[in-house]
Amino acid sequence: MEIVYVYVKKRSEFGRQCNFSDRPAEINVDIQPDPGLTANFIERDPIDAGIQCASDMSEHEVNTERFEMENAGVNHLEGGWPKDVNPLEMEQTIRFRKKVEKDENYVYTIIQLGSLMEHCIKQNNAINIYEEYFEEEETADVADEPPSAKTINVFRDPNVIKRTATHLSWHPDGSKKLAVAYSSLEFQRSSKDMSYDSYIWDLENPNKPELVLRPSSPLVSLEYNPKDSHILVGGCYNGQIAYWDTRKGGQPVELSTVEFSHRDPVYGTIWLQSKTGTDCFSASTDGQVLWWDIRKLTEPTETLVMDISRKGVLENALGAIALEFEPTMPTKFMVGTEQGVVITCNRKAKTPAEKIVGTFSGHHGPIYALARNPFFPKNFLTVGDWTARIWSEDSKESSIMWTKYHMAYLTDGCWSTIRPAVFFTTKMDGTLDVWDFLFKQNNPSLNVKVCDEPLFSLRLQDNGRFIGCGSKRGTVTLLEVSSGICTLQRNEKNLAMAMFERETKREKILEARHREMRLKERTKAEGKEEDVKVETEEETPEELLARVQKEFFEIIEAEIRRKERAAKLSKPQVAQRPGLPKGWGGWGGSLTLVLHRGTGV
Amino acid sequence: MAEVEETLKRIQSQKGVQGVIVVNSEGIPIKSMVDNSTTVQYAGLMHSFIMKAKSTVRDIDPQNDLTFLRICSKKNEIMIAPDKDYFLIVIQNLTE
Repeated sequence: MEIVYVYVKKRSEFGRQCNFSDRPAEINVDIQPDPGLTANFIERDPIDAGIQCASDMSEHEVNTERFEMENAGVNHLEGGWPKDVNPLEMEQTIRFRKKVEKDENYVYTIIQLGSLMEHCIKQNNAINIYEEYFEEEETADVADEPPSAKTINVFRDPNVIKRTATHLSWHPDGSKKLAVAYSSLEFQRSSKDMSYDSYIWDLENPNKPELVLRPSSPLVSLEYNPKDSHILVGGCYNGQIAYWDTRKGGQPVELSTVEFSHRDPVYGTIWLQSKTGTDCFSASTDGQVLWWDIRKLTEPTETLVMDISRKGVLENALGAIALEFEPTMPTKFMVGTEQGVVITCNRKAKTPAEKIVGTFSGHHGPIYALARNPFFPKNFLTVGDWTARIWSEDSKESSIMWTKYHMAYLTDGCWSTIRPAVFFTTKMDGTLDVWDFLFKQNNPSLNVKVCDEPLFSLRLQDNGRFIGCGSKRGTVTLLEVSSGICTLQRNEKNLAMAMFERETKREKILEARHREMRLKERTKAEGKEEDVKVETEEETPEELLARVQKEFFEIIEAEIRRKERAAKLSKPQVAQRPGLPKGWGGWGGSLTLVLHRGTGV
Repeated sequence: MAEVEETLKRIQSQKGVQGVIVVNSEGIPIKSMVDNSTTVQYAGLMHSFIMKAKSTVRDIDPQNDLTFLRICSKKNEIMIAPDKDYFLIVIQNLTE
């Protein structure tokens, strides 16, 4: 049956716009079921249908083209001379030149060209046509863009068994090279095949390390000597210290003796400021801080035990993880420990007991990073457990500012070298946070997911623009931050200084208040002691229980009475209330009442 | 002959001019006010450059021709006035 719909339209209305209008539904066709048609169909039972429940996968291959570079030079030789003129013979060349100069065409041409040239020269002299206008105005726009960071390069551990990149150190001048210490920090997890090598990478070549350092035990920390860019000192997993000279190859030049070294992995090594440029010191979780002169690594020049009771007993010592030294303050240094305490020390003290000046405690776990603010050395940053805290040397009780508690453990942190209120932290979930404390204190101003595995170490290049992050599987990622993060904003130094001073003052006030309260309590306690001595009555547990029970029931009865009174006021008849059953049985029912109206009691 | 000398001297005496070189169409330096090695270098480099520039201009519009070429760099400016047979190359310091 054909289904047809007929409508009529005037010819003059063709091409006009459609005017739509509503109308009720109309049945155009109604086909009734016809059981007679079933004869044309055959029933099929069972039916096979194929189903697959699997996720769709696709394979895709990508290979980038290797960019081949070649260096080539050009050597200029004189040429173009006609066959009969030997360019080396002065006479012939002069003769040729004179001949050309006599040519009439030459004279005419030169005069023409000369006038044209003069015009341009004079133009240049009159005004600098290539002048840059409004050069200074550009800086105003920078603040608007949101901070961002992008990955520039990735350096992977070439070995099959991946180790953690535990420490990074930039080359002192130019920062074109990065020294990375690789080791496995997991307890007793290092297999026999794990390589002990650490590498120095050239930033331009991420495929192959520039130099391979071969210690006798994996390196946990590695530092370039800021005075001599060929020397590096490394702290090993077994507690020894080694130093390399990159001119001499991958074997260490000298290794410290096992008897006088640390007994635990050396977590921190820093070069000291000295005339010879060969002094360094190291810290380890065995509780010692040792000073070395690399010319003689057979024994340390000085030792210090991190015992805060100042007795120098090794058993009580706290394990040191982070070490901090600021070349502008050569006599002081700070140590961050496994127990969450920061110890400030004075190097020039005469007795070992005096060496430990003060302690700052506040972290719940090991302090993985310790850094002084390059602009305000009195303030320093500690990174440990789930927070990062900023401290001021003046307030010893607690940190002056801190970040919120994160979901993942914080592993490393450092200040920005350009902006006083900006610092960077890395976390165990593989993210890098950029904190701008002048702008926002409750959240990082930028959170970048660098990789899927935990990040263990972080190092900012001196120009403040590039950051290297080392991860658990040995991947070092080089990030470049946007210019907003690494250009000094107007007035930032003053604002940061004001902020730090303000917070320090606040802490000081709080400290003073605490001290006052404690003092008051102490005097009160001392005053009370004489009175109370006479009357100490020992209550037996049963008596205590009976007393408590009595009090409890009294409270309940008072509540019930209050409720009755309230009910009486609202309703005329007295509701029949069951009396409170005595004994333990009623406890359950009445307990809820108490819980509900706890505050009313 | 004397006019040539006079013209070139006048150019040389302008403020900021470091050197003047006259090169013929084969790349042979005819006259030069700078030392030999520099002359040879400039002659060799500029020659191919001028040819390229000239051919570019002619490619875009065959009726057109290259009249002047200026290479400004950070330190100085190289100006080349080309002709059928000879090129005049002048190196000038950008005045501050």
